[in-house]
This record gives sequence, C-alpha cells and structure tokens, in this order.
Amino acid sequence: MTSQISELSSFPMERAHGCPFDPPPELRRRQQEEPVSRIRLWDDSTAWLVTGYEDQRALLGDSRISADPRHDGYPHQTPGSRARRAVSRTFISMDNPEHDVLRRMLTGNFVVKRVEALRPRIQQIVDELIDEMLAGPKPADLVRAFALPVPSLVICELLGVPYSDHAFFQRLSRALISRDSTPEAAVEATRELHEYFMKLVRDKRNDPGDGVLDRLVAGQVADGALTMRQAADMAILLLVAGHETTANMIALGTLALLRNPAQLAEIRQTGDKALIANAVEELLRYLNITHSGRRRVALEDIEIGGTTIKAGDGVVLANDIGNRDERAFPGNPDELDIHRKARHHVAFGYGIHQCLGQPLARAELQVVYGTLYRRVPTLRPAVPFEEIRFKHDMLVYGVHELPVTW
Amino acid sequence: MKVIVDKDRCIASGQCVLAAAEVFDQDDDGIVEVLLENPAAAHYEDVRQAAAICPAAVIRLEEP
Repeated sequence: MTSQISELSSFPMERAHGCPFDPPPELRRRQQEEPVSRIRLWDDSTAWLVTGYEDQRALLGDSRISADPRHDGYPHQTPGSRARRAVSRTFISMDNPEHDVLRRMLTGNFVVKRVEALRPRIQQIVDELIDEMLAGPKPADLVRAFALPVPSLVICELLGVPYSDHAFFQRLSRALISRDSTPEAAVEATRELHEYFMKLVRDKRNDPGDGVLDRLVAGQVADGALTMRQAADMAILLLVAGHETTANMIALGTLALLRNPAQLAEIRQTGDKALIANAVEELLRYLNITHSGRRRVALEDIEIGGTTIKAGDGVVLANDIGNRDERAFPGNPDELDIHRKARHHVAFGYGIHQCLGQPLARAELQVVYGTLYRRVPTLRPAVPFEEIRFKHDMLVYGVHELPVTW
Repeated sequence: MKVIVDKDRCIASGQCVLAAAEVFDQDDDGIVEVLLENPAAAHYEDVRQAAAICPAAVIRLEEP
C-alpha cells in the first residue's frame, strides 16, 4: 500500500519552466486523459483530483460533499492550515444549515448596489496611490507601492479596522498563506490576530463606528446570535481574504497585460466600462491566483466522471485547470483574450462557498485596471521578465515584487 | 418565460444582478428579488446566463 501511495503524483504540481501564467502541464494531461484521478498530499494522504470544469461545478454544488475540515479524510492544504483550522472556525469551513446562518450576517455588506456606492472612494484611493508612486523614486515596486495598499485600505475602511496597523496584519496574513509556515507559526499568527481583533471588538462595543465589524458588534453580538470570538474570527477571514487576493490580482494582472501589449493598449484607450468589466472576468479566469485547489471531503459515495468517490475520501478541485477547460471556454483557453465571454469562470469558486466579497473585488479591479494604465501610459517592467519572482511558495499565487518604471 | 427563485437557498453572490440588472435585484441582506417575473424576450439571454452562473442554482426558468 505504501509503495502504491508513493507512486502517486504529489499535489500541488509544478508549473512548466518559463510558463508562469499557465497551470502545471500535468493538470492539463489529467483533464484530457483521466479527469478524476488520485493524488498524494504533503502528509502522504491520498485524495481525488478533479480537473474538468463541469465536474468541479457539479461537486461544488453537491450537498453530499463537505467543506468541514473536522471530517476524517479532509485534504488539508498545508501543515499550517491544518493546525490553524483547529483553533479558528468560520463559515467557509461549515456546511449547511450552519453556514448560511453565519454567512447571511455579512451578505448585506456586499450587496452589488452597496458596493457600487463605494466606487468613488475606491477611485480616490487608487488616484492618491498613483500620485504618490509617480512623485516617488523610479523604479518602484508596484506590489508595495500600489497593489497591496489599494485593497488593504479598502478592506480596512469597510471593516472599521485602523489602516495604521497594516504592517502588523500584512505580516500575519503572509504567515497564514505561506505554504512553508510551520503549524506553530500558523497557530501563533492566528493567536496574534485573535488577540488584536478581540481587543478591537471590545473597543467597538464601547465606541461604535460604522464599519462591518461595528455593525456585527452592535447587532448580532449584542443580540447574542454571535460570540465576540466568532465576530473576531469573521473579521480575520474578511481581512486576510480582502487584501491578499485582490493585491495579487492587481500585480499579476498588470504583468500579464504588460506581456500582452495590444490588449493593454485597448484597456488603456477604451472609455467602455463594459470592456473593462469583461477584462476583469477574463483576467480572473486566466490567472487563477487561488492555485491550490478547493478542498472538500465526500460524505456519501458520489459518481462523477465515470469514477466513484467513496464516503470519507478527500477531494481537490483544481479551479486553475477548470478555468482552462476548452469545453467551457472554447477557442484557445490558454490565451488571454479580454473580449472572451468568461463570466462563468470558477475563480471565485462555485456553490454555497463562492466568494462573499466578489462584488468588492470586481469593483476594485475595474477601478484599478481602468485607471492605472491610463494614468501611467509608459508603465513597464524595470527588470527582465526572467528575474521576476512568482509566488510558487504561497497558497495564493502572484508575484513577490514587480519592479516597474515609466 | 417565467423566472422562479428559491430565496431560502440564495447565497447573495450578486451574480444575477450583474448578469441581468433589469430582471434581478437584491434586498438589504443581498438576497435575490425578481423585478420582472415574465421578462421580455430582449432579456432572455441575460436571464439564462444569470440562471447558469448562479452559484447556488436557485434560479429556475420556465420556458415555453
């Protein structure tokens, strides 16, 4: 048995050298030859790897599959994430009916119209950061000067968290999403964030503001529907999810567009907001910054793609290759095409756990892509492409730095 | 065409509003509301897309 396990390919797999925007070639081979197949994980456990777009949607929409990591067989991403899940539990790791009750406490904050009302403020933040970058030295690191501060400022204002503490939680966020974090480091980062947010929750009880966290404290916590600890856990989830993801989309998306200058020129010159919105969907599909697979465990036997996934088996749904499935995205799915109809991508996931903050992410990315290249028309990399360091070592993909000049 | 939604299972992703803003809206909690139960043919394509991308599959269309 042991020898059989050791013969299985380990997951995550490596991307091809020189192809940092494409999923690992082994994922493509499996999508074509064995769409539901076995893999070996970091702890030598085995799981099913699902690579087809339709199969992924079918499973993510199936209530016989669970997102709860407390079930035996759940395929943990890293030693750190396994250790952390034991001390912090939010609705992303819950099934229904529990999941919907907690998620609905937050959904009002991400109503499309409500997020649209934030757009002028997002535009102001973007413009001010570009002003600062242009006034500063060349070259600049686009990640530090722009890509990270935009979503960090936005999520802090939305939550009601002081941005002046950003160095503190950016450091801890990194510890949470690093593939190399030890269990001890991941638990310690969670503990520090907990301590910080528990204090913030107590402060807000005495002196409420008008952020998401303030409303939770004045509403559900005061009513007894939510404990202070649960409110703090939710705040940590929104904070980490709110800046690491969008930040990576901004920097990696900019690099992808710099490599496709004709499409970049089109985005720079267009006054058509619908084209910018379409480009955002295509970049979400093409880049797949969540490149570590959605993790689930089967609660019952499930037939899929000619295979039976047994109750208790772990399932990894590789959305990066799902979004490159030519049956769902005809033409050449490995090509970036800002005119492609791509809104049905699974970059935000699918099923009840699909990203809560997606309207906010879309608004931020639309403002960023619609502004940065227009205001800095000569923007270009300041180092050779080969020297750019990609985040192979992080659960969320992107670039560590993006030196640019103009 | 008749548009039927299951509000109890809606997860408030807002995808339907982005796909077909004339036909779908959200209440204060983000839960789907149908503005046009029998939309005109001009909306059919957008409504079908909204139904197809709804992550909780709560939009059902009765088409003649």
